[in-house]
Amino acid sequence: MQRRVEEFLDRLPEMDLMRSEKMTFVQLIFPFESAHRAVSYLGDFGLVQFRDLNEEKSPFQRTFVNQVKRCAEMSRKLRFLREQINKAGVMLPDTLAVQSDIDLEELETQLGEHEHELIEMNSNTERLQHTYNELLEFKMVLQKAGGFLFSGKEHSVLEERELEENVFSNNGYVETASLIDKEMRPATSEQSGLNFISGIVCKSKAIMFERMLFRATRGNMLFNQALADEVVLDPVTAEEVEKIVFTVFFSGEQAKKKILKICEAFGANCYSVPEDIVKQRQMTREVLSRLSDFEATLDAGLRHRNKVLSSIALQLPKWTNKVRREKAVYDTLNMLNFDVTKKCLVGEGWCPIFAKTKIQEALHRATFDSNSLVGIIFHVMDSVDSPPTYFRTNKVTNAYQEIVDAYGVAQYQEANPAVYSVITFPFLFAVMFGDWGHGICLLLGALVLIAYESKLSNKKLGSFMELLFGGRYVLLFMSLFSIYCGLIYNEFFSVPFYIFGRSAYECRDSSCSDAASVGLVKVRDAYPFGVDPKWRGSRSELPFLNSLKMKMSILLGMTQMNLGIILSYFNARFFGSSLDIRYQFVPQMIFLNSLFGYLSLLIIVKWCTGAQADLYHVMIYMFLSPADDLRENELFWGQRPLQIVLLLLAIVAVPWMLFPKPFIQRKLHLERFQGRTYGILGTSEMDIESEPDSARRHHHHEEFNFSEVFVHQMIHSIEFVLGAVSNTASYLRLWALSLAHSELSTVFYEKVLLLAWGYDNFIISAFLHALRLHWVEFQNKFYHGDGYKFKPFSFALLMDEDE
Amino acid sequence: MYGFEALTFNIHGGYLEAIVRGHRATLLTASDYNNLCQCETLDDIKMHLSATEYGPYLQNEPSPLHTTTIVEKCTLKLVDEYKHMLCQATEPLSTFLEYITYGHMIDNVVLIVTGTLHERDVQELLEKCHPLGMFDSIASLAVAQNMSELYRLVLVDTPLAPYFSQCITSEDLDDMNIEIMRNTLYKAYLEDFYRFCQKLGGATAEIMSDLLSFEADRRAVNITINSIGTELTRDDRRKLYSNFGLLYPYGHEELAVCEDIDQVRGAMEKYPPYQSLFSKLSYGESQLLDKAFYEEEVKRLCLAFEQQFHYAVFFAYMRLREQEIRNLMWISECVAQNQKSRVHDSVIFIF
Repeated sequence: MQRRVEEFLDRLPEMDLMRSEKMTFVQLIFPFESAHRAVSYLGDFGLVQFRDLNEEKSPFQRTFVNQVKRCAEMSRKLRFLREQINKAGVMLPDTLAVQSDIDLEELETQLGEHEHELIEMNSNTERLQHTYNELLEFKMVLQKAGGFLFSGKEHSVLEERELEENVFSNNGYVETASLIDKEMRPATSEQSGLNFISGIVCKSKAIMFERMLFRATRGNMLFNQALADEVVLDPVTAEEVEKIVFTVFFSGEQAKKKILKICEAFGANCYSVPEDIVKQRQMTREVLSRLSDFEATLDAGLRHRNKVLSSIALQLPKWTNKVRREKAVYDTLNMLNFDVTKKCLVGEGWCPIFAKTKIQEALHRATFDSNSLVGIIFHVMDSVDSPPTYFRTNKVTNAYQEIVDAYGVAQYQEANPAVYSVITFPFLFAVMFGDWGHGICLLLGALVLIAYESKLSNKKLGSFMELLFGGRYVLLFMSLFSIYCGLIYNEFFSVPFYIFGRSAYECRDSSCSDAASVGLVKVRDAYPFGVDPKWRGSRSELPFLNSLKMKMSILLGMTQMNLGIILSYFNARFFGSSLDIRYQFVPQMIFLNSLFGYLSLLIIVKWCTGAQADLYHVMIYMFLSPADDLRENELFWGQRPLQIVLLLLAIVAVPWMLFPKPFIQRKLHLERFQGRTYGILGTSEMDIESEPDSARRHHHHEEFNFSEVFVHQMIHSIEFVLGAVSNTASYLRLWALSLAHSELSTVFYEKVLLLAWGYDNFIISAFLHALRLHWVEFQNKFYHGDGYKFKPFSFALLMDEDE
Repeated sequence: MYGFEALTFNIHGGYLEAIVRGHRATLLTASDYNNLCQCETLDDIKMHLSATEYGPYLQNEPSPLHTTTIVEKCTLKLVDEYKHMLCQATEPLSTFLEYITYGHMIDNVVLIVTGTLHERDVQELLEKCHPLGMFDSIASLAVAQNMSELYRLVLVDTPLAPYFSQCITSEDLDDMNIEIMRNTLYKAYLEDFYRFCQKLGGATAEIMSDLLSFEADRRAVNITINSIGTELTRDDRRKLYSNFGLLYPYGHEELAVCEDIDQVRGAMEKYPPYQSLFSKLSYGESQLLDKAFYEEEVKRLCLAFEQQFHYAVFFAYMRLREQEIRNLMWISECVAQNQKSRVHDSVIFIF
């Protein structure tokens, strides 16, 4: 019988995703001349994970440090170019230009030239911009400060010449003002001994500036300021700076020195404004004409620069790609070791077995392409390290694998829960989220994400959108299952619909007033699919739904947990550990099923027979007084003896899973090492020399510590026994959330406004609960998750990481 | 005395303490220094630093590097971290953090004033200032002609204003005056910081009083050694010592009358913590004293991380990072000037 089962199991077709790819440890010996090409071909192929053989060396002690430095320098130049391009607002092309192969040396010189050219252009523009700014500031100072001078003088003039006010009153012409000014200026200025300095300063510094001036002159000054009309472009940072024009009136030579010093300290540019209005005008004119000249030059310069930049932009992605690849190749080459003759590079690493022939092909191609006389040697080695875990996923299964990996990466060749999660995860989510209205909304969202898949996958999305996009197929499955569960629950935004025919129930009278208190009458056959819509709001609604969802949760939980334990059987079989099957899998199965499996049986029997038995009572008294008569709670004949047998089995199963395994392990260990007082000699000196840095690094000293093993087994057993209760109870969250969901959506439906809010929240909580049920209740039955991921040297992955 | 910091500290200080401890973990270790000391060129140093937290700050520097660029970028990182912490801090931690920078402020003021005295370009001087000690009107320090102007024009707006009360004279500025001003300001600053920490109480007060006392004592010794053979009178010298610390008051009396380095040594060896420090030095030696003091300081600063729920970790972190930058500067200078034999002279391993 057992042999039959095993034969059957052996004949089952292999599931790809169930076990991680078979890996092998390989050694590659590259002749020096073909090493670079070979490594870059391997990067294209992307299925070899190199091991760092120079871990003890610091980065600049490695062989190819100069090349890495050059690549770093080039990528710095590329960053500089990209920054310049972004600053100038030139668009980068989306797609990569045609992959013509460029030489690295050539690229290096090209980049150097471009950088040089740009820096020169920038400094030119900066100089121009600087002069232009000066002129612009001068213009503004002329306009504004001129204004201060006149208003100040006009004021004094008005005071002195009140009589003439009638003549010139309020006509506001500059001409008139200047007429007076011409007459009065020299006199006023010299009489009071008043000097002035005008200039321009950053708006943010203006207050401090004024205060400092005030303090330095002990208040003997007059400060006029006005906001400049135009913003000035800072030539270095290319930011627009708001400035104010100021004029300080003061007296005395000492004060002048101080003020000039303060101006210098605050970066205020001073410009001398002639007091003569005619000169002033003339100057303004001059400045304006020079300004327009400069503008033209600046514009021309800018156009030229943009042209250069856009021609660079066209090539930039290609160059970036090239440099990144080269750097990765040299980084990998740095992980290799020289062999004794110093003519070859020796590398070690992991690769999947299926890729071996392809790798060899690539290596042959590399030898051929680089005209090397000596081929690259590629051979399989033994390793003590456990191999990395590598699953070949596609875009649908990838998201599920990620969910599992987030808990822990599978041990090498361990049963992969992702296989089952593809269906069970969205299904458990849907049990909590059953509403086909909500499901359709979710479906639309998922379909949109999938429809724009090719477009979105190249774009940079926000962190939240990225999450949604990554899980688009999870969303799709979740929505499909929610529609299915929603149809069973018969809820469309919490409203029942008559889709599959007429209800089996009717009210007792036409007013239907007692439906909520007394109940309904059954008039025809049961509603064909899902929950009868008539029950919504009636007396039987809650008791029925509660009973349905609660019992369903337990059944689903039992199924999933049993699946978990069965997977532990497959694991044990796969790794050939009969000990685990006999002393772990079997008692676990017996314990769980004799208690909660029995409960599931009772639930099904009760559903089928429509009996009134109280299952709580049955379960509780099965422990408290198993010998008592069940009376009205008896569901089938022979239930009492069955209960006693099951209880005894459960009690026996506990020591069964606790004691034998550690003792047998100790016995096996003692037998194996009997009489062996000396350790085994490892590889001799000769071997070490012939195989540099091979497996000799890690010697696993298998020490058997009985107390440790026993404590571990004890913890494991206790966890399982207690877990059987708590995990089963944990599955009741399916019921609770499903109930909460339907209640909440009823409330939201009544207060439509809240619809969107509650919806979002609930998806997340249902998702998290489904996640927990998988990570904890399901995976703790069999999943170790202490492996490490296969990280191949691959250019494709490199691109993903950088973007 | 210990309060119940553990009960409430994390409400405001927990996040930042976590941050600062995270920063501490990124300080260069002995193996990093060993690698750095083996570097042949400044590019090697850059390459090694690119694997550390300094990486992003140095990666965009074009290749012929200078020591100043390395130091500048490393300081920039410290400043960025400091600013981030200051933005997140609430009272009284924010005040505490601000106190840390006052020392740099004093140094910057002195730098600018001395510079203008020797007719240096202000812009050039500003570049040499420590970015942590910058304040708005620092450039206008050049305007001042004497102490009182210095105070009235510029410093009255800065946090240094209260420390200035003791050095307002209308004397013209000269090198000696400025040096005395620096020490007076420093004395007032340390005393104020000390009082502030005492007011905070708890572990902060305890640890900070240890660290600040050490700082005060070190300054006292330095003042004494530097003033030997100058025209500074004993009383003036005595006035520059901070009024707290292990040496206060009797040690100060002895230091004030010292005439040569061996007398200083004699005075200091009466204090057990400093005895061990001096015992490593031969008689008449003052060159290695600085390094010995730095090493002792680093040791004490590292110990500050052993306790939780106090602010001294921020002080300690800033100081350690500054020491690290000094180390990097020394290493880079040695590498740049081909003096690799001297590279170990002044590097102080932090861990």
